[in-house]
Amino acid sequence: MSDMPPSEVVITINGAEVEAHPGEMLIAAADRVGVHIPRFCYHERMSSVGMCRMCLVDVDTGRGPMLQPSCMVPVSEGMVVDSESEDTRRAQEGILEFLLVNHPLDCPVCDKGGECPLQDQTVAYGPGESRFIEEKRHYEKPIPISDLVDLDRERCILCDRCTRFADEIAGDPLIQFTERGNAMQVLTFPGEPFSSYFSGNTVQLCPVGALTAAPYRFKARPWDLEQVESTCTTCSLGCRVAVQSSRNELVRYLGVDVESVNHGWLCDKGRFNYEAVNSDDRLTTPLIRDKHDQHQLLGTDWGSALAQAAQAIQQAGPERVGIIGGSQLTNEDAYVWAKLARSVIGTDNVDAQLGDGIPADVVLGLPAATIKDACEADTVLIVGPDLKEELPILHLRLRVATKGKTSVIEIGPTATGADAYAQRSIRCRSGEAARTLLALLEGDDPLAKQLREGSVVAVVGRTSMAESATPALEVASVIRDRLPHATFLPALRRGNVRGALDMGLAPGILPGRTTIDQPSESLTDKWKIIPETTGLDTTGMLQAAASGRLDTLILLGADPLRDFPDRNLAAEAFQYATTIIAIDNFITDSVAQADVILPSTAYGEQGGTTTNIEGRISRLTPKVTPPGTVRDDWMIAAELAWRLGGDIGLGSRQEIWREIEQVAPSHAGVTVERICGPEAHEGILVEGTSIEPTLPPPQESPVIDGYGLRLVSGRKLWDAGTNISHSPSLKHLAEESTLRVHPSDLQRLGVSSGASVRVISTRTTETVVAVADESILRGTAVLPFNQPGGGANRFIDATAHVNDIRIETL
Amino acid sequence: MKFFTEEHLELADAIIARYPKPRSAMIPLLHLAQEQAGWITDDAMAEIAELVGTSSAEVLGTCSFYEMFKRSPVGKYVINICTTMSCALLGAGELMEHAERRLGVRAGGTTEDGMFTIEGAECQAACTEAPCLQVNYRHRYRVTSDQFDSMIEELASTNHDVPDHGVLSRIRQHIPEDRFVGAVPPEDVVSSPAWMHDEKVD
Repeated sequence: MSDMPPSEVVITINGAEVEAHPGEMLIAAADRVGVHIPRFCYHERMSSVGMCRMCLVDVDTGRGPMLQPSCMVPVSEGMVVDSESEDTRRAQEGILEFLLVNHPLDCPVCDKGGECPLQDQTVAYGPGESRFIEEKRHYEKPIPISDLVDLDRERCILCDRCTRFADEIAGDPLIQFTERGNAMQVLTFPGEPFSSYFSGNTVQLCPVGALTAAPYRFKARPWDLEQVESTCTTCSLGCRVAVQSSRNELVRYLGVDVESVNHGWLCDKGRFNYEAVNSDDRLTTPLIRDKHDQHQLLGTDWGSALAQAAQAIQQAGPERVGIIGGSQLTNEDAYVWAKLARSVIGTDNVDAQLGDGIPADVVLGLPAATIKDACEADTVLIVGPDLKEELPILHLRLRVATKGKTSVIEIGPTATGADAYAQRSIRCRSGEAARTLLALLEGDDPLAKQLREGSVVAVVGRTSMAESATPALEVASVIRDRLPHATFLPALRRGNVRGALDMGLAPGILPGRTTIDQPSESLTDKWKIIPETTGLDTTGMLQAAASGRLDTLILLGADPLRDFPDRNLAAEAFQYATTIIAIDNFITDSVAQADVILPSTAYGEQGGTTTNIEGRISRLTPKVTPPGTVRDDWMIAAELAWRLGGDIGLGSRQEIWREIEQVAPSHAGVTVERICGPEAHEGILVEGTSIEPTLPPPQESPVIDGYGLRLVSGRKLWDAGTNISHSPSLKHLAEESTLRVHPSDLQRLGVSSGASVRVISTRTTETVVAVADESILRGTAVLPFNQPGGGANRFIDATAHVNDIRIETL
Repeated sequence: MKFFTEEHLELADAIIARYPKPRSAMIPLLHLAQEQAGWITDDAMAEIAELVGTSSAEVLGTCSFYEMFKRSPVGKYVINICTTMSCALLGAGELMEHAERRLGVRAGGTTEDGMFTIEGAECQAACTEAPCLQVNYRHRYRVTSDQFDSMIEELASTNHDVPDHGVLSRIRQHIPEDRFVGAVPPEDVVSSPAWMHDEKVD
């Protein structure tokens, strides 16, 4: 083999000479030059299997034309292909007649009817008439193979797409071909449903109506659907989606294949949580607390609600106002709120993260990697949360990447979804990841050499919600110090958290990845006032409110009682704050305590842009009309500004973006035209930063006493979060909260698995069910962060480096 | 729930160790499971999945592909009567009818005492000896109705050498210690393999 890259081969397709990449399959080469060969089983993101035979074409490699499946034949020099020959046509007719032998042709009652490849290709390539008069195969119709997916085996043409996806891509081979011959069918194992986080993709992949999504069943017909391309905001990965609605109601999301992010896949949470947008529980009108009955909220008009909010802000004064949240906002909304806070209210107390992320200067200041970089790196080092639970599609991309030359090394306190594909999973006690990594790099482990000499992308975040940001920062510090060539992907979960930080919704940070002490000239010009001192982060604001140093708290789509790691601190802050203003879609635990509630638009109702963890800007497209009188978040900010005697001076999302482009140094050149242009399909990557992060060196973590267990808490995909709780198909998927402990620890404490125990932390003492689990590290107790039945944040002290608990029998 | 007995579990580990990838041991372990219970229970498939590191669904997929892995209880003796051409011409249909009457069950069924299952089967590669049948995959040639009856009586007694359904062989496979799986680097080869110089190794 020479070192030269292999050159293109020339093949002839339907009389035209075209260039093809050596090694690629004929069907892919044909696709690229615009020759469509019909297919059912072939999918460009999965391996070829040649199951359906629909892609048979005449191929002549010098021995005369022969019918060959174009998904299984690699191109070769001089190959002559005819996809329209008489033989090809007859083969297509034959295959379709064969596939339809057992297909029930119940298209009028099938969800797929109207967008069905079998239907379409039968019309285009089929024989027109069937000779089959015998009885067809019959099965029970349909059977649920998971809570979200139904299977109709009569319709199945056994193309292997769903089963291949489950095995190759998702890594959950829970559906399989069983039996053989005429009895062959896709099934799950008895009692083990297809409960993959990615099961919805099989519905989208199915080329017939065999797999249907329970939330979408019989909701709409494809020809009634209206569609726009948008970006998912469920997590911070920014998967591209097609948002479909019928009669002004969201009914379906489909994954859109973009090379840079999701490859067409979606997680089930992102695919099905549109139900929350349609929910009847949505806030539709402003609410204010009844003066006579503190337990009552009254509906009111926008004028009164905004006036009351403005008054509370004004009375408090700039130093005594705090704005928490904003990571669910679009970039434009976040910018206007950042501008309102600094230039109108005059405060720097803003934080889009709820004390559960990593400081903004670190997120914005570290050398950035893209998802593509990670999937092409020699090693991906994960020191953070379980990506399968928090950033599912990143997990999927990395999983697929490990089939190539990429290796994954993970360091953390619990078993994660990455264990299945990691080259090495290193378990360490919570809070000790940095020292574990340091020991690895200083030792003679071959991994150290691999990390030092190969390319490295580090996915860094909090390995547990029960630890402060410090352990994650220490990890970043060790990587910066010892592996200077490594680039970073921050493992932050919330929708547009990266965009909110880019837009300046963090203390001390201004739009365009700059700090408060170095505002750009154009920013000073537009904003007039910029606070001189760095404000408080979420923890700081809640502490200040709890001790009476902060009067007015503004919650921007934030639910600190559920999402802030320290529920007690949040509750105390709420108790002592004079006024709480909440801007949200739903009445959450926190919103229920607010004095003024302003309803805002939700996903699918708002335009604008979001930024994913890479720093990639993607467009959102509104699809449905918002309910009631709800307003966009930026409009609420503009209205408040006016009532506070200021002026945001912006009247549309486009105007906002034009100003962002002027004032944010990192965003210069990212024009509205580019964002609305074809480039936006893949998203526009914004690189560069002027922030130098401050990283602490690793410290000794506190020793646990003999009776204590170190608390570890992570989020689950199916949790008690707001959108899931308001999605009827999803809310029952969240498991009840249990404390998982190693069996030997339970035995030592005299507790049997499944028993209720008293859990004692510095914050509270409460009863929880404890379960033995051998995968848990000894001396560690794992409690999921936000499950039904009580979250872990009851036990956590947000100011502590790490949190320990004790367990007692009842 | 655990399926394999202690003894079989040990054997299962030994079988898995023979392959470069544990998953390759799936079919041998299915045989082992069938030997233990006479058929393959869901518990067995779930435990095999755990042993070879895959999903139960994958074991089910493989298991259900093969006719000879039974996923519902069968008799101690499974009688397969060939129904293909040569046998059909020489009275397989009549033999089946006789068998059904003699045992009181239809083809595919199992007698109430759990002793016999009769099945119609495809060609058993003994066309010159038609009609033929198999008892636990052991051939009986040119079977007449009378011979069928005496065969049933013989099987019902203990005076025969047909092992119970599921047992592949009474002699356990033994792999000499110097037979490795996969390629052996040249520097590790110290002598010729045992089968070259020993007259009899097993």
